[in-house]
This record gives sequence, C-alpha cells and structure tokens, in this order.
Amino acid sequence: MNKRELEAAAQSELERQKKFCHRVLCCNSTSCMSAGAGEVLKTLQQSVEDNNLQKEIEVSPAGCMGLCSAGPMVTVQSSDSENTLYKEVSPKVAKEIIESHIVKETPIDDNIIPSDFPFFAKQMKLVLAHSGLINPARFEEYVALGGYNALAHVLRDMTPSEVCETIHKSGLRGRGGGGYPAGLKWNLVRRSQGSHKFVIANCDEGDPGAYMDRTLVESNPHQLLEGMAIAGYAVGADQGYIFVRGGYPGASKRLDQLETAIRSAERNNLLGGRILNSKFGFRIDLRVGAGAFVCGEETALMASVMGRRGQPVPRPPYPSDKGLWGYPTLINNVESLSSVSTIINHGAENYSKIGTTGSKGTKIFALAGQLKYTGLIEVPMGITLREIVYDIGGGMLDGRTFKAAQTGGPSGGCIPAEHLDIEIDYEKFREIGSSVGSGGLIVLDNQSCMPDLARFFMEFCMDESCGKCVPCRVGTRQTYDILDNITKGSATMDDLVKLEDLCIMMQETSLCGLGQAAPNPILSTLRYFRDEYEAHIKDHFCPATECKITKSPILDLVNGKG
Amino acid sequence: MTVVTLTVNDELISANAGQTVLEAVRDSGGNIPTMCHLDGLSNYGGCRLCLIELGGSPKLSPACFTQVQEGMVVFTHTDRLIKYRKMVIELLLSERNHICAVCVMNGNCELQAMAAELGVDNVRYDYLSPKLAMDASHELFTLDHNRCILCRRCMRACDEIEGSHVWDISGRGIDSMVITGLNMPWGESDVCTKCGKCVQVCPTGALSKKGSSVAEMKKDPVCLRWVLDGRQKGIWDYEKRATRLAQV
Ligand SMILES: Cc1cc2nc3c(=O)[nH]c(=O)nc-3n(C[C@H](O)[C@H](O)[C@H](O)COP(=O)(O)O)c2cc1C
Ligand code: SF4
Ligand code: SF4
Ligand code: FES
Repeated sequence: MNKRELEAAAQSELERQKKFCHRVLCCNSTSCMSAGAGEVLKTLQQSVEDNNLQKEIEVSPAGCMGLCSAGPMVTVQSSDSENTLYKEVSPKVAKEIIESHIVKETPIDDNIIPSDFPFFAKQMKLVLAHSGLINPARFEEYVALGGYNALAHVLRDMTPSEVCETIHKSGLRGRGGGGYPAGLKWNLVRRSQGSHKFVIANCDEGDPGAYMDRTLVESNPHQLLEGMAIAGYAVGADQGYIFVRGGYPGASKRLDQLETAIRSAERNNLLGGRILNSKFGFRIDLRVGAGAFVCGEETALMASVMGRRGQPVPRPPYPSDKGLWGYPTLINNVESLSSVSTIINHGAENYSKIGTTGSKGTKIFALAGQLKYTGLIEVPMGITLREIVYDIGGGMLDGRTFKAAQTGGPSGGCIPAEHLDIEIDYEKFREIGSSVGSGGLIVLDNQSCMPDLARFFMEFCMDESCGKCVPCRVGTRQTYDILDNITKGSATMDDLVKLEDLCIMMQETSLCGLGQAAPNPILSTLRYFRDEYEAHIKDHFCPATECKITKSPILDLVNGKG
Repeated sequence: MTVVTLTVNDELISANAGQTVLEAVRDSGGNIPTMCHLDGLSNYGGCRLCLIELGGSPKLSPACFTQVQEGMVVFTHTDRLIKYRKMVIELLLSERNHICAVCVMNGNCELQAMAAELGVDNVRYDYLSPKLAMDASHELFTLDHNRCILCRRCMRACDEIEGSHVWDISGRGIDSMVITGLNMPWGESDVCTKCGKCVQVCPTGALSKKGSSVAEMKKDPVCLRWVLDGRQKGIWDYEKRATRLAQV
C-alpha cells in the first residue's frame, strides 16, 4: 500500500458507511461488557434482522464512550442528524432504539444523554477522539477517519530528527506516571549507538482502578500501532513490543484484538518490511506479563520481555543506552504513544497551546469515587480539579461532601478540599505532595477514613513488591502492620514516629519506583489529615465512619463487649 | 588503563576507569558495608547497605553499581547513610528469625557482625517471626529459611560459578523464598553437584553443613575468588596446565 492507496481505502470505507442511513454503535469495552453490553449488541443485531433493515442500519461494536458508570452505552449515528448517545441500555431499550428511535423517529427520552451534558462539555477529546466511533476490529474504520496519515506524512516528508523535534516541541510528557519529556527520551534513543533498537509500549497498567491504557487499546488499537511505528522511525528501531498485562479476566480478549490489529496492519503494509513503500520496516509483537504491578517499571518490564523474573535492576544504565538484550530501547506508555499521531496531525504548536507552561496537551483520567458521574475522561492540562469534580463529575453524590481526591494510585497522594482549585499540572501536583500519576482519580467523601485509605494502598504495595530490596520488601510489611494497628485503634504515638521515619527511609533507599513511591499515600494523608491519625491513636476513634473502629475498643470493654 | 581521580569523604583517591565506587574505595583501604555483594559474583543491588551520597545529587546510589567518574565527589558515612544502614539491618532482623544463641553460625555470621559493626542494639519493629519449614533432605547440607535474608548469593554462586542454577526465588515481596530445583526438596534436585559453594557464600545460618551444631559453622566465601582465579589460570584445564608446566 502507498499513500494513494491509503486514501482510496479511506474513501471506499466512507462510501460503504454512507450506504447506511444509520449506524448503531454499542460499546464493547470491559466496563460496558460487564454491565451486559454483549446481550445488548446481540439484541440490536437481532431486531435489525427482525425488521429486515440490514440494508439501512449497520450495527457494530465500538470502543469506550466515556460515561462508564452508566453503561452499557450506545451511539446512534444518522446520516441526516447529530449523533445520539444512549445510557443504561438494556436489551429492551436496545430493541426500542431500533424500532422506536430509528423506525418511528421517536427517541427514548429516558435513556438519552443530551448533547450539552456537562460530563462531556468540559472534556477535550484528542487521544480519545475516535474512541466509541469506530469498530476497533476493523482497520478500515480507523483509516476512514484519517488513520495512518500521520505515519505516511512522517515517512515521506520528515527526517527522524525532525520527528523527535516535533514531539519535543509539542511538550508531550510521559503519561505513565513519571512525566519525563517524551521528545528528550526519543532523542536520547535516536542518538544511542546500536545495531538494533527497540520500542516498547508499556501497557502493564497495574494501578488499582486505572483503565486508561486498557481502554485505549480496546477502543483504538491502530492509534497505538501508528504511534509506535512513528516512534520506531524517529529513533531508528526495527522492532516493537507491546507489553500487555496478563492474568486477569478479559485479558485474552484484548490480546486477540491487538493481534488482529497487528495482522491487519501488516496485511496492508503499514507494519512489517518497507512500510508504505518507504525504506522503513518495523514489526510489532505482543508480550504478555503475568500480572505484576512491578512489571510496569521499565527495567522489570524488560526483564520480563526477555523471559526473566520481573524484577528491577538499578539504573543507570538507562534503557535508552542499554535496554532489551543490551540494545537501546525506547519505553513509553500507551497513552504517550497514542498521542503521537494526534500531535503529528494537528501540529506541535497547536498541541502545545493546550495546557500550562510545563504540562501540555490533554490527559486521560479514570474518574471514580463518590461522584454523580464517573468514567473515562480526557481533559486539557490546566483544567482545575474543581471543574473535574463539580462540572464533569457532576458534583458529589447527594448528601456527601468532598473530602479529598486521591490521584496517582498507590504511588500518588491525596488532595484536600483546600487545594480544589489546583490546575492539572505535573509540577503543581508535586508541590502539594501528590502526583498526576498515570491517571487514576478517586474522589473521596467525608465518610472515607484517611488512615484506612493509606492502609489500603500500602497493602497493595506490600502484595506487589517484588521482594528484591530490603526497604521495600520488609518496609511495606512493617508500615502496613503499623497502619493496620492504627485503623484498629491499637497503635501508639511512638508508632506514628516510627511510621514516618520508615516512610522517608523507604523513599530514599528503595531500589525502584515502587518502593520509593509506596509511602506517598501515607505521607500525604499525614500532611493533610494528621488529626485523623491522632484521633485513631489517642481517642481510639475514627472521625469518618468507613473505618473498622467506629467506637473506642475501651468503650466496648467497659460495655462488656470487648 | 585510564585512571580517574575522585574525592571520597574529602580525600582524593585514584581508581581505574570502569571500577565501581565500592571497588575503588576498598582498593584504597576504605570500607563501605555490603551484604548482597560478594567479590566474584555479579552485583545484585538488593540489600541497600552500600548506598552512598554523591555530591550534587539528592538521590542515594548503590556503591556496588555506581561506576567511578573523574571528579566524582562521594560520601560514604553521612549521618543519613548510617541511620539508613541501621534501619536496613533492623528490618532484616525483624523479617524472619534471627535468634543467634541457637544458630549454627553464631559468632561467624555476617549479619550478626554487621549489626554489631553498625551498632544496632535494638530492633524497633515487630518481629514477624514467620514459621518456615527447614529442608534437611540433602545428604550434606541443610537449608533453614528462617535465617535467610534473601541476598541471593547462593543463587548467583550456583548459577554463575558452578553453572548449575539449582537456586531460584519463588513468590514475591515479603513472601519471597529461595527454592531449589523446581521448588522441590533440595535432596531431590538432580542438578545439584553437591559442591557446597552456596553454603560457603551464604552470609547467615540459612545454609549450613549437616552435623554442625550451635556456633560450629564457619564459612569461607573467599573460596569463590579462589575458584575463579584457578579457572583463569586454568588449574583444571589439562592442556593449559601442561603448557604452564612446560614453561616452568
Ligand atoms: C512500580 C512501577 C510501576 C509502573 N507501572 C507502569 C505502568 O503500568 N504503565 C506505564 O506506562 N508506566 C509504568 N511505570 C513507569 C515506567 O517505568 C516508565 O517510566 C514509563 O513506562 C515510561 O513511559 P512514559 O515516559 O511514556 O510515561 C511504572 C513505574 C513503576 C516504578
Ligand atoms: S523497591 Fe520493591 S519492587 Fe522495587 S526492587 Fe525493591 S523490592 Fe522490588
Ligand atoms: S540462603 Fe543464604 S545465600 Fe541464599 S539468599 Fe538466603 S541468606 Fe542469601
Ligand atoms: S551491596 Fe550494594 S546493594 Fe547490597
């Protein structure tokens, strides 16, 4: 395939779609599937058949539409009007969508999401632009929306150093949590000497509650492949790996999807040798992890790809110098790589106009917690936390008040109400003791117990520690035990001193980011909610009610319940 | 060989380019505490005892991994480092079961010696005291998980020097355990050559010779250098030995 054939393929797909008066897209991402989207899709197809409308209506699975808490979601595209978005679609509603909305032109008001719905109004969908509008299994649909144009443009009109420069100018920073400038990293790998080079897409995504990368891969796999091929061209690599987390329900489905996407890209000469008739060749293969959080850490990830125990090694040497099998290796997060085609298509200047001085572009968050609306959101950097919570999230659930937002999962920290007006920005978050992280955003209400939150995340880190270095292996266990005692009301003030001491030690002496960042939730909850810790210790009392001790154990003893 | 100069605790020392800070400091007569490192084995970086401060960097670096550089400024014994080293030992002592009075290595143990050297006189953390099984299935040696500090010296010695790779790690985090073979009793592993290198390099009483009683086990981790030197000189290589003998 060459550039002209790519355009022809896009054209013929558009024409195919035009033949239908309506396209009904049913979200088939993990969250909607677990809410019953499989059945909904079947019902949609069945009622199209029952009404003999196969020529007029196309029913198709699609990616995530955003409002995951109100799934299953369905979008109706009509040739003569705007898209209609439906929430909470049951098989019964699905039947009505075909028979009432489409045939009788009377939409089902109960399930419709109005086009000015605040959840969507403040978002800016760049990386998720096509998510929910295409069938991820069909390569043609991505191409019809301009897919692989960026790759064709880069291969024809740009040198590798120009590509790196463009990424650098865009201000894109690593979305995997560290926020390292992507352009700098690409240039490092480009300048590294090596007879081979590799590109790895990090799709380990182990933070509890985060599903940004999973959704990107599920909803638009070709966007990732295109980004990886551009990265490969820019740094001089000929082989890419997608490191996917395995070992959880639904993993094999995702792998099949990715495999299909890679194969169809190869068949169409967009991966493999001499891509788009250029001199550049690039292959992509999948590597499956066994489901360990630490394998998201780049050196552990590479060990796992090479078939070893997923365990970090000290850096330097950095992967950009000596990575897979000793060759220079570029490791980027799925969201970083999925942003690449957008940057090339829209131009680095336009991308860098979005955001703050230090943080550019858009960021995807998995918004969760005690909010009216939750789901996957993409917002411009620089938007305030208040806007996310109260406009996009629709505010707290009835009767609850905002207490704090936990960002960055087990490596991040909490942001209390006094900082609600903080802008989404890597440095500003760091200043107040939290981190943007990879995009988990959990909103907590006044009933959440902060020591219990810290305990939850420490338990996660304790279970996920690889056990290589002493501060993390034993430190996570010891801090967990202290936190457990605090939440049970049986700790002393001495324990609190011990806890803080150990936290600082773990931060400074652990080998990898897991151990170094594991104490962050403790330190940030201590920073803003120390009184809660002290209440547990001194008064044997939990000011919130979600915690295990709601009453003093001594009181229980006095009452004869102890 | 290029020689570089670096400042260690305000004194200038010279080192060969390519050496680690640990090697350079030890060559110049200084010392940095280590536990997982052993001359002759690959570096591991797990115990974090050898952490040092580098001028101009807020981060601590493991001396066993850090390459010397011209003009490098190194501090090996700042208050912060001394404090953290003590904490590492405290954490290790709290992790399993280190009751020296009933240990075969009492008096010869590297962990015990390190605790004494660093002045660890109490352990502030709760003893976890897991009840772990012993493995006495091997005809010559015993493995006591309760004394293991997971330094992986046994693993590296067996893999890198003996070439058997009997040892590995199962589980992760606090549940990590050394295992033999495919997690089978040591005595049933048919790749074990019974050379005993793992026992010699183990810093604690986790690996010992059968029949040793309290304080009777003495180890000689230096034997590794010996093996390696011998290999380099071709002591066990008939052809090399013949030529060398001919030269004498
Ligand atoms: C314990 C740990 C877990 C990590 N998990 C992930 C992950 O799941 N996905 C990811 O992209 N990066 C993860 N990272 C960050 C990676 O090490 C690496 O910095 C990142 O993939 C680089 O890509 P980026 O620059 O595009 O963010 C993790 C880091 C640590 C220390
Ligand atoms: S910090 Fe934790 S996860 Fe990282 S190397 Fe050490 S033990 Fe392993
Ligand atoms: S058995 Fe000995 S050498 Fe092996 S890991 Fe345990 S303490 Fe280290
Ligand atoms: S000796 Fe360097 S980390 Fe153990």
